[in-house]
Amino acid sequence: MSSADLPLHASVEVPPAISWTDRLHGWVATVDHKRLGVLYVASGLVFLLVGGSQASMMRMQLFYAGNDLLSPEVFNRFFTVHGTSMVFFVGMPLVIGIANYLLPLMIGARDMAFPRLNAWGFWMFLFGALLFYFSYVGADGLYGAGTAPDVGWFAYSPLTGKAFSRGNSTDYWVLGILVAGFGSISAAINMIATTLTMRCRGMTLGRMPLFVWMMLVVSWLILVAMGPLTAAQVMLLFDRFLGAHFFDTQAGGDAVLWQHFFWFFGHPEVYILIIPGFAYASEIIPVFSRKVIFGYPVMVAATCAIGLLSLGVWAHHMFVVGLGKGVTSWFVVATMLVGVPTGIKIFNWIGTIYGGKLHFRVPMLFCTAFLFQFLIAGLTGIMLAAAPFDWQLSDSYFVVAHFHYVLIGGLVFTIFAAIYYWFPKVTGRMLSERLGRWHFWLFVVGFQLTFTTMHAQGLLGMPRRIYTYSADRNWEIWNQITTTGVLFQALGIAVFVCAIFHALRRGEPAGDDPWNAWTLEWSTSSPPPEYNFAEEPEVKSRRPLWDLKHPDDPDWRHE
Amino acid sequence: MPRLRLAESSLLFVGLAFCTRVAGALSGPAQAPISTPSIFAPVSRPAVVIDAYAWLVVAVCGVIFVLVAGLLCFALLRFRLRGDDDGREPPQVYGSNPLELAWTLIPLITVFLLSLVSIRVVGELQLETRPPDWMPVTVVGHQWWWELHYPELGITTANELHVPVSDPASPRPTFLNLQSQDVIHSFWIPQLAGKMDVVPGRQNHVWVEPARTGVYVGQCAEYCGTQHANMLLRVVVHTPEDFERWARGQQRQAVSEASVAEGRDLFLRTACVSCHTVRGTPAAGRVGPDLTHLMSRATLGAGALRNDAANLNAWIQSPDHFKPGVHMPAMGLQDAEINLVAGFLATLK
Repeated sequence: MSSADLPLHASVEVPPAISWTDRLHGWVATVDHKRLGVLYVASGLVFLLVGGSQASMMRMQLFYAGNDLLSPEVFNRFFTVHGTSMVFFVGMPLVIGIANYLLPLMIGARDMAFPRLNAWGFWMFLFGALLFYFSYVGADGLYGAGTAPDVGWFAYSPLTGKAFSRGNSTDYWVLGILVAGFGSISAAINMIATTLTMRCRGMTLGRMPLFVWMMLVVSWLILVAMGPLTAAQVMLLFDRFLGAHFFDTQAGGDAVLWQHFFWFFGHPEVYILIIPGFAYASEIIPVFSRKVIFGYPVMVAATCAIGLLSLGVWAHHMFVVGLGKGVTSWFVVATMLVGVPTGIKIFNWIGTIYGGKLHFRVPMLFCTAFLFQFLIAGLTGIMLAAAPFDWQLSDSYFVVAHFHYVLIGGLVFTIFAAIYYWFPKVTGRMLSERLGRWHFWLFVVGFQLTFTTMHAQGLLGMPRRIYTYSADRNWEIWNQITTTGVLFQALGIAVFVCAIFHALRRGEPAGDDPWNAWTLEWSTSSPPPEYNFAEEPEVKSRRPLWDLKHPDDPDWRHE
Repeated sequence: MPRLRLAESSLLFVGLAFCTRVAGALSGPAQAPISTPSIFAPVSRPAVVIDAYAWLVVAVCGVIFVLVAGLLCFALLRFRLRGDDDGREPPQVYGSNPLELAWTLIPLITVFLLSLVSIRVVGELQLETRPPDWMPVTVVGHQWWWELHYPELGITTANELHVPVSDPASPRPTFLNLQSQDVIHSFWIPQLAGKMDVVPGRQNHVWVEPARTGVYVGQCAEYCGTQHANMLLRVVVHTPEDFERWARGQQRQAVSEASVAEGRDLFLRTACVSCHTVRGTPAAGRVGPDLTHLMSRATLGAGALRNDAANLNAWIQSPDHFKPGVHMPAMGLQDAEINLVAGFLATLK
């Protein structure tokens, strides 16, 4: 689509010399879903580097038994800040940001339903994150050195009570997440409203790309899950500032109450983070297999089933807290049931690959690794769901291995796939295939070294969150392999950063549709104009560009 | 558990060779003293039952992994783009109801069966009726040490749980009543039993029935503050005779030797007594570990360092050096005074 035949285009043509202040103002004041998406993703990646550095420091501390590189205080802050950052300030903004950019494009809309709410949500997230990190200097009230939170990312009471967590570090943890949570809730409302009201002509619910379906389920989950978290945080603030006793066991409060509130949020949160990974894979795997997604209706149903089931499994995080037989049994069954729709997805992706013509470009490489890693993550999930086994595995390094398999092996790998896949659309330039392969192989080797060995440490009785261990436990060699893997991952990330800057300066021009793909975002220019589409598109099937490219055998004949 | 064994043997055969190899590697050389608390080297009933069950789950998951990953590998290799590709799109397959029904139902059935076995094991391990001849012990979690009471024997000690061995003919299980003084901790001796949280305001229970004598190590498994890493626990499993001997020793009051009277007086004059108890003296503090038989224990500071005269001296001088953040303060004593106090404590056998 050239700009010449669009009268609208002429009026928004950027003047040639634009000062950096104007440019900055443009980014700060923007309500464009695409710019906000880029802002979300860029901030998420910055926090990924920060959180990754904290993890690397912890791994260096654990390289030797009895090492004293980090003091226990610093180590405990690192794992708290690392966990909190990765979930709330890396996972959430990347997931929301990618959806923010793509969702309107995929449904043929010109923006989100509420553009200004969209901008507000982003700034809430960013300032929430900055408020949280401000604890490093400000948690003692700006006098002397600050102290970051050190209560763990799920902040179990009563460790968070005034009696055990003095100063204000825990308050920064609460407030940072609370504020960022406002942003997540607004983003969820916006995505639901956009999906339900802004679809282009012909795009029925049954014709939405799977990406859009999955983000719709994720948005509902955010709405349902953030409420209890927010409530728990407000209760904790009451305890800390107003002398309430919700979680104060010394005064008759209940320590386990916090866990119910937190995990009622926390478990859906896992799906809030992993379903977008499924969403990227469900768009990328078909394109690089050159086949339509296998079993679209079942994929949608499985996503909804996962969403629903995820609301009824939270207490599997609490199997060792002393639940009764009945409660334990319920949560064992419910949790194992999640394996069924998740299994369906894996089989349907294999069904998509089967009989295709597989182009192993970088996005597909990341998706391939994702399939294997997510399979393992799912199976270790079954082991953790099996309550008696969990009584041994819970709070050990096995759990750490499991959820990093989910969140890195599942989510981060697919986010990399998504970035390599959609970067050309966002910037108009291709990421280097050669650097991408280096990134992939370094990262996959590093990931396996680090997180596969962590399973062993857990089976050998090593609890998580310990800053030191004695040599006679024989855990050292496993920890050393784990730490070595971090080096490979860090190199992979370094290559990734280089690839991004290289592409921004000298990347090959991408054209509108570099992957010969089928969804609407590839029908507009790269990068898309501010208004996305000059004319509202009209679709007849789930793959409008396939119909365009194959008029002899369009999709709508088969759906 | 005959039924589980049956199910296990029928399902395990596929992964058996692989599993035993991994198990061997994980549990270390069989004869060497085991200091690695591997969950696959159980010596006590709850852990033994969990071990058998765990291998069943691992075997089921292993079979699923081999099948699915194998299928995936085959698809990836078989359908990769070939050099002689004609550039045409492959046939578009939109789905298959029979296939999708199959990969819904088969996992459903697997989940159903696995759930049944799991519920059975849950029931088996959460004992409702206690066998005769059991010994109660109350475990109290503190930041960052374990307080242990034997209500029937009148013993109070810390960080080192002593229990008698159970032989199958006359089992002597120990039932632990878990309580917390401050925040949530978790009691975990991997070779004896699964972990159980120690929650303030609640009483949780766990039981052990060790079949072999020896020392089994574990530690707090729920993050509980600065020194969570140094909240270690040792379980010493004795023969019945040794256990009687140990219990009689612990029941005695502290014996004051005249040679350390000066150190004893100094100990009683300083703030040590507001936290520590030495039975047989006026020291009756309840905040820190009972020191009546301090030297019968192998470690100081809940496992932070080995317990000997030199370490005891250094520990009193600066607990924070060995366990940064520990609640026990350095008392600001002169070197000579520390020697006196340590000399007294070293006689508390």
